[in-house]
Amino acid sequence: MNHILAAAPSGTNTDSIAVATIFWILAFISVGAALAMILVRRAVHCAIMLAVVMLCLATMYAMLGAPFLAFVQIIVYTGAVLMLFLFVIMLIGISSADSIVETIKGQRMAAGLAAIGLFVVLILGVGHAAIGPAAKTTAANGTDNLTGLAQLIFTTYVFPFEVTGALLITAAVGAMVLAHRERTAPKPTQRDLAAKRLASGHLAPDPSPGVYALHDAADRPALLPDGSTSELSVSRTLSPRDPGEEPRFVRPEETVTVTTESGEPTALPTTSSREADS
Amino acid sequence: MSPIHYVALSVILFVIGGVGVLVRRNAIVIFMCIELMLNACNLAFVAFARVHGNLDGQVIAFFVMVVAAAEVVVGLAILMAIFRARRSASVDDANLLKY
Repeated sequence: MNHILAAAPSGTNTDSIAVATIFWILAFISVGAALAMILVRRAVHCAIMLAVVMLCLATMYAMLGAPFLAFVQIIVYTGAVLMLFLFVIMLIGISSADSIVETIKGQRMAAGLAAIGLFVVLILGVGHAAIGPAAKTTAANGTDNLTGLAQLIFTTYVFPFEVTGALLITAAVGAMVLAHRERTAPKPTQRDLAAKRLASGHLAPDPSPGVYALHDAADRPALLPDGSTSELSVSRTLSPRDPGEEPRFVRPEETVTVTTESGEPTALPTTSSREADS
Repeated sequence: MSPIHYVALSVILFVIGGVGVLVRRNAIVIFMCIELMLNACNLAFVAFARVHGNLDGQVIAFFVMVVAAAEVVVGLAILMAIFRARRSASVDDANLLKY
């Protein structure tokens, strides 16, 4: 008896109960995952549901006698494209949930009606078409699926194949152009950085957090010899993490020097620049 | 298993993807729904290749996969550029051309 996934190319065993069972299980899983994909609010959950759909479809490709496409589906789609999606989701913010507020009145109702209409039209078209049973052999042009595909791609479809190459390199260049950010200010040299550090009056590296303190956690300021705490020892990214809370301290390089009318410089803390950063 | 079942399943998945494109507001989720529609088309292509007993449909499905990969790369780069400018991935916030 042939294996289920390898049953289709040989032309035998295609209507066995095992194949039908697996098809129905995969169909229900994929439709359920697709429905969950448009219903869940978080983008990460959508990506996971899409991965489930893609894996189900990969198995169906194998059942339909396309083992090469099945592996390309797993490697390229589930492996590369979906990881790219997850990467961008992590970059944009994992907590970016959809709002459930309907911005256009009656849009969901209209979308549902349009979907029902499209479904009816497509199902009627498919039902009226005379789709025959599966042909006996799938790999008509070669000894197996991969050889036949390679022969087709490099003979009949060689021009679309080369156009695909042009498309890929255009997409790569386009992604680089779109993701590129122009530098508006000149890049600070080592001399500029040293001058800035000298001007800040804070030459030594920052003290480590938690030195002589009760805990050595990263948000614990170090203790100074007189018993006070050194706010310099805490990373400034920890301070604006609590939303709505004023910044607890200001580092020396975040102060601007304002020359008053009397001529003596006065240091003013700039809290607005920190707010703009966060 | 008759190929008509696979085609019907691809129709269902395509419609679900279309609904997702229409109702979701997050641009990443809209992209994912477009991917779902492309996958449904691929399933139909492979099923019809099975019906006809040749490999042309599989080759077309392969090309669809390549085009989808390129589309995702450029689309996500556009999304990143919009997110950098608007601080939001929602399609409602990208309304600079509206007024």
